[in-house]
Parts: sequence; structure tokens; C-alpha cells
Amino acid sequence: MASVAQVEAPTGEVLLAARSVRKFFAADRTPVLEDVTVELKAGEFVALLGPSGSGKSTLLRILSGLTAPSEGDVLVHGTPLDGVNPHVAIVFQSFALFPWLTVQQNVELGLLPLRLSDAERHERALKAIDLIGLDGFEEAFPKELSGGMRQRVGFARALVVQPEILFLDEPFSALDVLTAENLRVELQELWTERVIPTKAILMVTHNVDEAVSLADRILIFGANPGRIRVELEGVPLADRRRKTPLRAQLVDTIYQVMTNPELDATALVAEHRTRGVVARPHADSGRRRRYQVLPDVATDDLIGLVQYLAGIGGQVDLLALERDLQMEADDLLPLIEAADLVGLADLREREVVVTPLGRRFAEAPVDEQKSIFRRAALQHISLLRFIMRELETSPSHTADAEDILDELRHSFTGEEAQRQFETAVEWGRYAEAFTYDDTSGELRLDEEHRDTEQIELAPLAQP
Amino acid sequence: MAFFRLIFPVPATPPVGEAERARTPRWVDLLLFMVLLAVGYGIVRATSGWREPIPAKLEVDLSPWQLPRYAGLSTFRMAFAYLLSLVFSLVYARLAVASRAAERIMLPLLDILQSIPILSFMPGVVLALAALLPGRTLGLELAAIVLIFTSQAWNMAFSFHQSLITIPTQLSEAARIYRLGFWQRFSRLELPFGAIGLIANSMMSWAGGWFFLMASEQFTLGAKDLRLPGLGSYLAHAAELGDTRALLLGLATLISVILLLDQIIWRPLVAWSDKFKVEQSTSGDAFTSPVLELLRGSELVAQARRAVGPALRRLDAWLTLVTDRAARRPSNPKRAVRRRLFWLLVGAAALAGTVWGLVAAIQALAGLNSADWDILVRSAAATFTRTAIALVIAVAWTVPVGVAIGMNPRWAQRAAPIVQTIASIPATAVFPVLLLVLIQLPGGLNAAAVALMLLGTQWYVLFNVIAGASAIPSDLREAARTFRLSGWQRWRTLILPAIFPYLVTGMITATGGAWNASIVSEYVSFGGRKVATVGLGAVIAEAADNGNGRLLLAGTVVMALVVIATNRLLWRRLYRLAESRFRLE
Repeated sequence: MASVAQVEAPTGEVLLAARSVRKFFAADRTPVLEDVTVELKAGEFVALLGPSGSGKSTLLRILSGLTAPSEGDVLVHGTPLDGVNPHVAIVFQSFALFPWLTVQQNVELGLLPLRLSDAERHERALKAIDLIGLDGFEEAFPKELSGGMRQRVGFARALVVQPEILFLDEPFSALDVLTAENLRVELQELWTERVIPTKAILMVTHNVDEAVSLADRILIFGANPGRIRVELEGVPLADRRRKTPLRAQLVDTIYQVMTNPELDATALVAEHRTRGVVARPHADSGRRRRYQVLPDVATDDLIGLVQYLAGIGGQVDLLALERDLQMEADDLLPLIEAADLVGLADLREREVVVTPLGRRFAEAPVDEQKSIFRRAALQHISLLRFIMRELETSPSHTADAEDILDELRHSFTGEEAQRQFETAVEWGRYAEAFTYDDTSGELRLDEEHRDTEQIELAPLAQP
Repeated sequence: MAFFRLIFPVPATPPVGEAERARTPRWVDLLLFMVLLAVGYGIVRATSGWREPIPAKLEVDLSPWQLPRYAGLSTFRMAFAYLLSLVFSLVYARLAVASRAAERIMLPLLDILQSIPILSFMPGVVLALAALLPGRTLGLELAAIVLIFTSQAWNMAFSFHQSLITIPTQLSEAARIYRLGFWQRFSRLELPFGAIGLIANSMMSWAGGWFFLMASEQFTLGAKDLRLPGLGSYLAHAAELGDTRALLLGLATLISVILLLDQIIWRPLVAWSDKFKVEQSTSGDAFTSPVLELLRGSELVAQARRAVGPALRRLDAWLTLVTDRAARRPSNPKRAVRRRLFWLLVGAAALAGTVWGLVAAIQALAGLNSADWDILVRSAAATFTRTAIALVIAVAWTVPVGVAIGMNPRWAQRAAPIVQTIASIPATAVFPVLLLVLIQLPGGLNAAAVALMLLGTQWYVLFNVIAGASAIPSDLREAARTFRLSGWQRWRTLILPAIFPYLVTGMITATGGAWNASIVSEYVSFGGRKVATVGLGAVIAEAADNGNGRLLLAGTVVMALVVIATNRLLWRRLYRLAESRFRLE
């Protein structure tokens, strides 16, 4: 599949594999990662792409042996992994440099357990520092360096141990756009020209363009529970950094899958397969849940988005929107999803379109905006409806946060339940549907607007 | 003193860079050499008497010419106890994080130990060491050191434990994925990460050691009243005889020693520890120490480093190898079983010991009659009231003063060195001087005890208030000004909420200090007689003095209970409220 001579085609030798791996946190056994089976073969660069909370970082930690899976096996060269994976080095999102050690000492860190002579260790570290473009910074401390230079130290520290497999945990996401691009290009050169002996790379990212530019294979993850939804073949090396139709098509497919988190991936990619994209959907249960997953979105941002969309004519291409708002897909998609959920906007293919309701919303004065939002949210958001019903049926028109959370924990992990609750509270407060006292954990019906609610709630009672 | 500067930063000149660092003059090297020689000689002298039998009469000589020797002896004891505390803290905290089960027992235990006053440890420690090393001075010296240790160790252990559990996840993961062994992880990650907290707490512990110096250099063993030569016993003896001149001379010596150590030990340490900050940017005003700069530029130090360097590297390599080999030994089911058995036995022994101790304690407590309990409860109430009064007075004056200083940078700069110098004087040393006056007044020792508590603890509140006031963001202050808030409105809406978390922190430390102070303030030997007032501190001190083990135990238990209960019921809740409601982010 590669068109540049230096790159070996994947030899097919499986270096690392996960078999039916599951991960539960807490006692309630709500899965963080559900039934994941993947293989990492010699010669490939694999990207894990997905929204936050989809378990991609958890999978990376399971494969590296930092976390043990609750069920299933990790196989290293065919043998089950016990403890930390000795063939793996990780480049971390936060760099994870030791602030009290110099660049050189940080790079030598990975060599410490190897029992080399001082001279040998020194020499290998210097070579890695040289390779990664850190000459002259050997004696500097991390805090004296810019973000990009710090991550270079992170790369040098990982590469100096000559790992068979390199794990990249969102390595560029803490860097500014230009620095990140610069480092990406250098990494690609090191990899494709075989300057480094690394046999395979696994990268976690939330940046679609990054995944397409670097990876031979892209796994798209879904959240709640974390799982692989679809596996896509990357574009040939020659197409990675140019705007070819195939590349554009792949980007399209990825967005199509990621913007429809509730839909079954098989159906989503069906038509794209005829357009040259190689896709293997994984068994996607697409199970019905009692409550939709509320994207973790602040109402201010949501209102801002709808108003912005209405202001530019009500319709815009997703990629153009990303560019204009200078937002990454990871931040923008939840916003669009939220607007979609309450019926203020729609996502068709890659076009974001404001609904008539959204247009009315954008033009309304503040008070009316709230009332539009209240009606729309109570109509569409099952969790808000549940909370309102609890408040209505309680004689004192109050509810305990713990009770709501308990109910949510049937459908979500503890942490996610908390996040869902917080989002619902923020939306409910904005809608003036109820008030919430964080200290006592008490939700209370907003009496001022109660009458209208009763009228509206009645027909909504049966979902 | 340097400790206070941590929470109350004074703008300093920018640190001297590597290139422009001045070469230290040679005479400084010579001075350094002589200081080292003197310290070495001092240690030899201080320890040479240890093997001697206890003299028939341990006399304290009030001649001023003895003061340098006494100061040296006390400092040596403090240093020894401090090293012991440091090692204890590192080991205890490391063990506590090693297993969840251990942590669940070890942390509450630390909490209890922290609330036990130093005098309650005295009979046990002295008896044990005297029995272990019968008739030797060494036993007494070690007893004094262990007593100082009990006033130093606990907060350091807490601090290091806190550091260990807050190591950033990704740093910890990096250490695991690059397979650092035990020693490498400890020396490259855990110790550096905990260094800043440990140093700050070391200074607090050191101050605590001075506070209890008088209590830890004299003890009773049976009918014998024993004192070790030292600055603490000098001060105590001078107070007993009512010798004002000796008292003032001793006090002056003590203050000089404290100021000197601050300059040559703690300031350099704090400046040096700046490199362990995890924050990823260089901060503008770094803490500086002239002594550290001199040391860094010194040829003697450089040569010493060159000489010792290779040996240290070999030691590092050896420790790496030893700890690593143990960890990498292939898991052997037989060994695992043996190990498990070992820990089970340790656990069982600990449990048996605890049960036996509990039974013995309950038996002892059962021997007390209702009159004793009546006294205990009344004493506890009296001391509780005193600590509360001390706290109210402290808050009443430190809040307005602290806010005035904190919100005015120019004042802060001028006031800082003065306030810090006053605060560094251990209140117990000033107490006898104060008593000369206070005991004549109508309140007598009752009021004097409150005064000592106040003297020892108000600074914690003051420094925290100053820190809180100077941390109020200027935009909030400007907002308050644009809304033309009146004086009281400004206090209610801006200042009080903003300083609240700091105030709570200060008050927690102050209350702990006040309870500790009660044992040295409610029962004093003074001008040839013993004076006491009603209070739990007096009960404990008197019981320790008379060798009444039962009453001592009961008093200690009551005090520990009261301190822990107020911590749990009042302070922790306030602290949580402060964290969640009043934090400026």
C-alpha cells in the first residue's frame, strides 16, 4: 500500500494484540471499555481516534501494561503480558518530564535500568538528543524550554531505549498549531525513512487531520461504553499531505461516523465503501439507552454557536466552521451534537444547518431565548424530563442530587454519571426549570415558571 | 524564619546566573573550613561524654561563659533528633503508600500521635532508654533526642505522604514504563517531588523543637530530677531561681542561634529547593540566599564535590542494583507464601500488642475514681476555654493588621523582616520573663497561660491572613472600588470571603499549637516554687512530674480525644467549606 520505497510493507508479524479486552471501573461494573480486540503488526502506524471518554487512552494503558484489563488478554509476541510491557516506550501528552533533571538526565532516565557504563549511557543519550534536534540544550532544565522543545525531550527519552513499539498519547495536543505541525512532519520522516528502529507506532489522538496524515490504520472509538466502532485503512503515503480526493473522502467518512455517535457504524460507512474507503465496521451494538448521552457543553457556548450559525446564513461546512472558529473537532463536535439534541441545529452529511426553531432562538430577546430553550430541552432531553417528573411528584417540589445520580449510575459509569448530572443541572438552571444548591445537593423546582411547565409536561410523560 | 517567607514572599533581587556568578573570595573558603572543623570537634565533644555514667548530680551552671557550650549541645541534640525525624518520615510515608491496608492504619495513627503532647511521651521514653542503657549518660541523651523527635516528626511524615499521593499520574507512569527500580524511583521522582513540602515542614518542626527544648532537657526518673546541660535547661533553671540576668542572656543566645541557623541552613535550603518546583515556567522572583551563592561559587565546595562525586555515583549504582535485584527476582510461589506468612505474623504481633496495650490502658483507667474523672473533665473544659480565648484574641488583632499589611505591598516589605524576627522567638523561652510581670496581675497563671498560647500561635494566623490578603486579585479590589462599597460592605463582600480559607488554615495550626502550649503554661516551676492552674495541661505536666502514670495516661487520652474531635467536627468541615465555597481560582 505504501508508494515510497523506504517504507516496508507491514510484515504481518503481530507484535502486540488485545483479545476481547474489557475494563470496568468501580464496583458497579459499568464498562469503560467493552470487548476490544486489536492487533498491532510490524511496520504499521495505527491511530486511535474518538471522543473523550471513549476509552482510547485506557486501551493504550492496557496495552502498555500500566493498567490491567478486567477481562481478556494482552499478548506480546503471542505470550500473555504480565506487568509493564518491556517493548513499549510512551510519549505523554503532558510531556511528563522530571523538572529537577536536565534534558540529558531526563533522556538518560529510560537507560538507567539497563545497567550501561556511564560512558555508554552518555553516548546513547547524546545520540538521541542529536537525532531529535536538541543539540546544545543538554544541560537545560525543562522549565527553560518551550512546549515544543519539551516534547522533543519526551520523544528523545522514548527513542533512546530503542523501543520495538512507540506509544504516543496525544503527543501534540498540548502544543500550538505550528509547533505541532513541525513535530508531526519530523516524526513522519523519522518513521518512514527508518531512521529509528521502531517497528510499530500506536497513537491516541482526537485530531482527525493528524490521524489521516500519519496513520496506516485508523480505529474510531465510541463512548459509553468505550468500544471500537469502525476500522479504516489510511490513505497511501503519497496522499497523506496533499489534498487528494481519496484523502478528502476518508476525512468525510471519519466525520460521518464521529458526528453520529448514536448510530450503527455499519450503516454509516456503507455508501462510503463504494467511494474507495476501506472500512471494517466492528460489531456495534448501538444499544438503546434510557437517557441520551448529554455532551459536556456549557449553555453559553451552545447559544453562541447557534447565534453564530444564524449570523452567517444558517448553513456552513463543518471543516470551514472548524477553521473559522479555530476549534478542534473534539471541542466543536459536542457543541453541534448538543444543538442537534435540542433541535436548534441539524447536521446533514458535513453541513451544519440551523433549524427554523434555532433561527427564532437566535433572534429572540434573552427571556424568550430561555423559554424556547426550556421547551425544546424538556421535549427532547430525557434526563431533564426525568428530573422534572421527580420534582413535580415530590410534595415539596425538591429532589436529592444523590437520587438522580443513583438513577444515572444504572446507565453510566460513576464519573460519567456525575458529568451527565452536572451538564443537566447547567442546562436546567439556564432554562430556569429548577434551581440547585451544591452545598446541600438539593434540586428545587423553579416556582416562577411552574405553571407553564405543567401544561407542557403532561403530553411528554410517555416517552 | 525562612519558613514564614514561604507563605509571605518578599520581593528579592533576581538570582545570579551561572555566567555572572562571582567567584567566592578565598577567605570565605578558609572560614568555611574552620566552621566545618569546629562542627566536627563539637560533635566529638558532645558525644564523648555519652559513655560516662550519669553523674551523681546533674547541675546546670548559670555562668554566661557556659552559654556557647550549652547552645552547641542543644543544637546538636536538635540536629540529631531532626535527622531521626527525617528518616522516620521518609520510611513511614513510603510504607504507608506501599499498601492500602497499611495506609488505613498508619494515617489515623499519625493523627493520634500528632495530638499527644510531648510530656506524655516522657515517662515511657525515659524509662525505656534508662532501662536499656542503665546508668549511662547516653540513655539520658537519647531520651532527650527522642523527646525532641516527638515534637518534630509527625508533620513531616504527613507532608511526605501528601507528596507521594499527589505525584502527577503521567510522571508516575513515565517512571513505570521506563522501568525505574525502587531506588531510582525514590531518588529521581519521589524525594525530589516531596522536597519542597519536606523542607517547609522541616522548618516548622525545627521551630517546634525549640518550643519544647526546655521540656525535653529535664525529666524526672522516679524520685530523681535529671537535667542535661543545654540551653533549655539553662533557661528553665534560670527561671526557677528567678535569675533575670541569666534568663535574658540565655534568651539572647537562643535568638542568636536561631537567626544564625536560619541564615546558614534554612535560607540556603529553601533557595536551593526552588529547582524542585513542578510548575513548568521560571517564576520572576526567586528566593535567594547569599550563603548559597557563596557556597556555589566556592572553590572548596567544588573540590569537595569532585572528590565525593564518584563515590556517590557508585553508591547510587549499588543502591539501584540492590533494590532492583530484590524487585526483579522471578516470582516464586514458595517465597510468596513465606512473605505472606511473614506479614501475617507481623500483623498478628501488632494486633496482639495493641490488644495488650488496650487492656492494660483500660485497666489503668478503670483504677481512676470518679473524683479523678471529675477533675479531668473540668480541666479539659478549662483548657478548651483558654485555647478558644487565645484564638479569639489572635483573630481579633491579626485580621485587621494582617489585611492592612497584606493589601499594602510597601508596608508588607517593611513589616516582613520585623514580624518574622519576632515570630521566630520560641514563646516558651520568653514565657519566664513574661511570668515575672504576669504572675503579679489579678489573672495570675490563668491569664498567663492564655498569654503563652497567644504568643506561640498568633503568628500562624497573622502570616496566613497576610498571605490571603495579598492574594486578593487586584481586579476584584478595583471592582469593589468602582461599586463604591463602604468600609463594612467591602469587608463583608470581598475581604473576609477572600481570606477565609487562609484564616481557617492559620486557625487550625494555631489551635494545635495552643493545646501543645497548655502543658508548658499551666504548670510551671518558677522562682523556687511550683505554680499551677486548673487545666488539662497542668494535669499532664503534674502527673509527669510526680510519676503518676495513670493520671498521665488519662490526661493524654482526654487531650487526644478533644483535639481529634475538634479537628473532625469543626476544622475539617470549615476547611471543606473554605475549599468549596471561598476559593479564588
